[in-house]
Amino acid sequence: MIDTLRLTAEDALGLLERKEVSGAELHRAYLDAVAERDGELHCYLRTVDGAEGDGVPIALKDVISTKGVETTAGSQILAGYVPVFDATVAARCREAGLPVIGKTNTDEFAMGSSTENSSYGPTHNPWDPERVPGGSGGGTAAAVSAGLAPWGLGSDTGGSIKQPSALCGNVGLRPTYGTVSRFGVVAFASSLDQVGPVARNVRDCARLYSIISGRDPADSTTVDVPPVELPEGESLKGIRIGVPKEMNEAEGIEPGVTAAVQRAIEVAGELGAEVGECELPRSVEYGLACYYLIAPAEASSNLARYDGVRYGLRVDADTYYEMVERTRDAGFGDEPKRRIMLGTYALSAGYYDAYYGQAQKVRTLIAREHAAAFERFDVLVSPTSPTVAFKLGEKAADPLAMYLSDLLTIPSCMAGLPGLNVPCGLSGGLPVGLQLIGPQLSENTLFRTGHALERALGFDPVPERLR
Amino acid sequence: MTAGTVPGTVPTWEPVVGLEIHVQLKTRTKMFCRCANGFGGGENTQTCPVCLGFPGALPTVNRRAIEWTIKLGLALDCEIAPQAVFARKNYFYPDLPKGYQISQYDLPSCTNGKVLVPTPDGDHEIGIVRAHLEEDAAKTTHVGGRTGRIGGADYSLVDFNRGGTPLVEIVTGPDVHSSEDARRFLQLLRQTIVELGISDAEMEKGTLRVDANVSVRPEGSSELRTRCELKNMNSFRFVAQGIDAEVARQIAVYESGGEVVQETYDFDAGSGTLTARRSKEEADDYRYFPEPDLVPVEPPAELIERLRAEVPESPARRIRRIEAELDLDRAVVLVTGGLDGLWQETVAAGADRLAAANLIANRLAGVDGSAVDRAELAKLVEARDRIPRAALDEALAKVAEPGFSAAHYLAQEAVSDAAELEPIVTRILDANPGQVAAYKGGKEGLLGFFVGQVMKETGGKANARAVSELVREKLQ
Repeated sequence: MIDTLRLTAEDALGLLERKEVSGAELHRAYLDAVAERDGELHCYLRTVDGAEGDGVPIALKDVISTKGVETTAGSQILAGYVPVFDATVAARCREAGLPVIGKTNTDEFAMGSSTENSSYGPTHNPWDPERVPGGSGGGTAAAVSAGLAPWGLGSDTGGSIKQPSALCGNVGLRPTYGTVSRFGVVAFASSLDQVGPVARNVRDCARLYSIISGRDPADSTTVDVPPVELPEGESLKGIRIGVPKEMNEAEGIEPGVTAAVQRAIEVAGELGAEVGECELPRSVEYGLACYYLIAPAEASSNLARYDGVRYGLRVDADTYYEMVERTRDAGFGDEPKRRIMLGTYALSAGYYDAYYGQAQKVRTLIAREHAAAFERFDVLVSPTSPTVAFKLGEKAADPLAMYLSDLLTIPSCMAGLPGLNVPCGLSGGLPVGLQLIGPQLSENTLFRTGHALERALGFDPVPERLR
Repeated sequence: MTAGTVPGTVPTWEPVVGLEIHVQLKTRTKMFCRCANGFGGGENTQTCPVCLGFPGALPTVNRRAIEWTIKLGLALDCEIAPQAVFARKNYFYPDLPKGYQISQYDLPSCTNGKVLVPTPDGDHEIGIVRAHLEEDAAKTTHVGGRTGRIGGADYSLVDFNRGGTPLVEIVTGPDVHSSEDARRFLQLLRQTIVELGISDAEMEKGTLRVDANVSVRPEGSSELRTRCELKNMNSFRFVAQGIDAEVARQIAVYESGGEVVQETYDFDAGSGTLTARRSKEEADDYRYFPEPDLVPVEPPAELIERLRAEVPESPARRIRRIEAELDLDRAVVLVTGGLDGLWQETVAAGADRLAAANLIANRLAGVDGSAVDRAELAKLVEARDRIPRAALDEALAKVAEPGFSAAHYLAQEAVSDAAELEPIVTRILDANPGQVAAYKGGKEGLLGFFVGQVMKETGGKANARAVSELVREKLQ
């Protein structure tokens, strides 16, 4: 009997290499665990029986196209849609021999911070099923923490990998924009979307990143990626860590979160890092507002293809335009509709310069502000989420409160920078996430820093109630 | 009603026309995916997730299409942008699978060019505001209903084979002031495109499409009044007819005290009439923004220079050069028919300029000039009046065949002997008293009729010039 609850991907790889277990057996073990525990958590929208590959099984967020396996992005408008092609990341996992356990739950079109916006019902946090797992990638994050997958892929537009990892107590990387192909990933906001790995520890996260990253001819925005180094040591000598004041003192950060993050920063110092203060005033003040212009603007265009003509839901009507209206009305939930309206407005003639155009300028300022900080520091740290996991329904009726969950993750996303969430302790029995931000293509530095801290902090990623 | 018919009370009206020309590039693959580009294949067979707009599919730029667009821009004397940017033009229509069209918008590849159109009263300069690259929409067929449009159709069929074809849009300034100039400009533009080898540019196949923005203004004024857009004109002749019809309509509106309302019209060639489109099908606000799935196009200077070197001498310049040796009309026919090279080389091989021009322009239209042996053609030109008409016809029909030799045809002699021809001429004139009377009454064009009858009678062996002299003599 394989204990999937504590098995890391590296452990699983060892079992496979020593032939103590076959790929099929391992895959079966995860499907069994899903059958046993996912009724309560609802991490998966569907599982895949008899998946190909004799490597470490993987969970894929349902925004990632999988050939022959329904892909809905959490939306009714894509109900029944079965892609005829694999996303590049899915193809790379397939080539690496990773069998797919299943497709994980997500806020509809990755729009949300709690997975409550999934049109297929919410996912529950394995630490406390009355609480949300974060979002939009709550399905993958909860599955990894609950032992329903050793690792998985998420997608991050403004925090959809980092924030759920923080709330579920695991490691999630939002890579540098352009390092991982977006081809075949259902688009939310193209200039921000980035696929990334979620795992139980930093080494697994780095290993999965090495599988999925690298230039893809099918995605013109991808770049060549330096070789990934699996982190080894526990020293942080030579690493300069900056603590942006605004991101650590922002209104709304819970005291328990601040305490855990402060403790982690102290540990970093003890491990040999140089720690100093810095500032990112504009990033924090304007980041969220600009994000909610740019992301909805792009979303309003990206979601235009769901018109009922070629695939997914169609609600018939007498005329074409009526058919499109009815299909979109029935197929989209409130959050996509809200963002389509916001974005359509922001791009409209006469408003473009004031909204979308202006937001793009501020985005450049945010990138410059970060670049200036990286002249003095290698890594910037802050809480990933201002709060620990909140209760289901707590923020569902208040979009603005929900948007604030991403206050600290958004600025670096706007700047195209990589960010790593590493669990750094508990507050009220719930995980707190530490966010590590680096300059572009600094993933190896983030892995090294995260790995050293993870060792020193000794966080147990298995939810207490499942131990 | 004719413009300016009542001097002093109504102004003379000047047409102000800008043209928008869409050219389908004949690249091997589509603009943003690797599907085959071109006709053939059943409906929706040349498609993939990218050109069908499937979730997550991303565009990648066809480099060849970029190069060809730059090349066209250079041929049109444009500035080439060091950085061109694709944007999304957002609107809903079933032929647009992504809900947006990817098109260069505020930063197109080519801007600020011009074409000098040779006319009898000097060169008319037509400004090229821009030439930009975009993707074509799919082909829709609306079935049922009376309009043939989506509103009122029973159902619509969409063929995505055409969707994603690279399309260059060329926009002129409001510099065209007659339907004749429009026609001349389009002929030159088409020839330029064909010579660059980037498109077949055939209106009947839709690989070249022309829309016209038409307004009128009082002669001498520089104002730009409300314009109307004409679409659906599928030949240069119909473009000219459409412009004339719209100009006349607008003049009538102004002269009856009305105002022209901005509208889009379809030109119906059969009836020569304009039909306004239902404005509901027009989207007002395309919400353009830079396409985040593509990086800007930044052609290196060396590439631009290489492409510049590949651009042949412009048709307009060749027309002016050849005009000096012939006349404008013949120069235009030769150049826009792609036959001026053949003409020049045939003359160089010893043929008479004018005779060669006439023969080539009148008899070799549509023939692949490059396949013709110049020396053999020159021999035919020189022998044109000496050999029987039938022999000349047969020779010209075969002149582009490989290994063609004129010798066999040159050996045949036409009958020029008056003694032999006279009885036949007399017989023909006697048999057609009505035509003879008409000719004598001034209808001299009937000469050709009589010559033709004699040719028929002689099986094409008579010398046409000798016959016509004889006929003229007899009817004096």
